[in-house]
Amino acid sequence: MSDLPPIPPDDEDEFGVVKKFCYVNRKAPYGTVYALESLEMVLIAAAFDQDVSVVFMDDGVYQIKSEQAPEAAGMKNFSKTYRALEGYDVEKLYVSKESMEERGLTTDDFLVDVEVLDHAALSALMAEQEVVITS
Amino acid sequence: MSKLHTVNKSPFDKNSFDSCLTLAEDGSAVLLIEDGVYAAVAGGDVAARIADASSRLKVYVLGPDLAARGMAEDRIADGVSVVDYGGFVDLAEAHDAVHSWL
Repeated sequence: MSDLPPIPPDDEDEFGVVKKFCYVNRKAPYGTVYALESLEMVLIAAAFDQDVSVVFMDDGVYQIKSEQAPEAAGMKNFSKTYRALEGYDVEKLYVSKESMEERGLTTDDFLVDVEVLDHAALSALMAEQEVVITS
Repeated sequence: MSKLHTVNKSPFDKNSFDSCLTLAEDGSAVLLIEDGVYAAVAGGDVAARIADASSRLKVYVLGPDLAARGMAEDRIADGVSVVDYGGFVDLAEAHDAVHSWL
């Protein structure tokens, strides 16, 4: 009966539909370009006022390590951009507990406030998303 | 032939580091560079493997690549020495060949 999508409010056109987007980051920040590209996708979704969640797991937890200074190695430091996500109303940031702990990291190591979830909780989070993009 | 082994991949992402430790001959040197430096951070699951290896291998990590990734030098696992770019050159010069584990 009720498997039709919810009807958007009258003041929203077709571009006003809000979906639940989840970006799952699994790569370290500088070895490949995936982390930077994912961050840009998050900002684009946020610019369209989508309901965005961002997950950091596996080596993706290194993306939000504090005190990154890649400039001396000739790379762009995009880590500060994660701090700007709050300004785009992207406030649902999650870190895999298992990934964090096996790398010897704690929440004190991160440059943004995150919620730490175990794999079961992350699985439940991903299950309720309409769009999941992993990189 | 004394060798300098370099590893540039995260030990959590690829098995290059483990393969290097398995096959590097006793007395050779291992230098962690780029994403390979994550292997040197203390408190993680890899530190024990470094400790085991450090009895028969000399393990180094490239300081500038640690700094780029926000890892302080005082968090490096026991048995690992930090070198700068000049130290990288010295290591390359001091060994007969460089074996790069990609």
